[in-house]
Amino acid sequence: MDLKLEHYNKDGIEIVDVEGEIDVYTAPRLRELLIDLVNNGNYQIVVNMEKVEFLDSTGLGVLVGGLKRVRAHDGSLDLVCTQERILKIFRITGLTKVFGIHDTVDEAIANRKSEK
Amino acid sequence: MATVEVTFTPLPAHVRTARLVATAVARRSGVPETLLDEVRLAVGEACSRAVEAHRLHCPTEPVRIELTGQDDRFEIEVINASAKGASAQGQSASQNMAVPAGFSLAVIAGLADDVQISETPVGTSVKMSWPTSGSIAAGSPA
Repeated sequence: MDLKLEHYNKDGIEIVDVEGEIDVYTAPRLRELLIDLVNNGNYQIVVNMEKVEFLDSTGLGVLVGGLKRVRAHDGSLDLVCTQERILKIFRITGLTKVFGIHDTVDEAIANRKSEK
Repeated sequence: MATVEVTFTPLPAHVRTARLVATAVARRSGVPETLLDEVRLAVGEACSRAVEAHRLHCPTEPVRIELTGQDDRFEIEVINASAKGASAQGQSASQNMAVPAGFSLAVIAGLADDVQISETPVGTSVKMSWPTSGSIAAGSPA
């Protein structure tokens, strides 16, 4: 399955819904979207990965790149993911300590609001 | 002799095809369902790395994968024909990604329980293997 990207604003936080496979072929599209969002002044981002079927190190690199961009503006990039197969790659690489990973979009938003 | 050999033009779009083929052959060779996600991810990492190296140094050369099902192990070898394979991947990673060079190899090492990376006269070989159902049932070491 190819990559499907949608985004919307909820409570001042930009939610990016990702569906499909994030790999060396599709990751550039996610990178472009994250760059566009940051360039348009969206520094609080939640990437919803509940419908992601595959994620490799290229995809991880794009997420880390997005995190660096929003942090340059004192922003945040949190993830929503409960799938063990996707969480495993975050654990292997130690990135569970870098990203805030939540069970639902609402939880990610609530957590971000509480930290403000 | 490999059970299945695949060669593909070094384009990112073909990495998904390589993942699908490798997973299908692994399943048929008896790799347990619980390990198939690891096989899929590891072969994807190795192929992505090879594609990036080929695109920089030898874009007309195909990437080659050998998939071999033996008695108790399923082995995948991804052969990167670029003589500058390792360094090429590093350059590409530093230009396009926010992760350090060698990151994909670290992921592979975390996924496959047996990984051998060797430099050959024509490039880099990444060899990975997983146990098959028969070996697990017989109590062979993973």
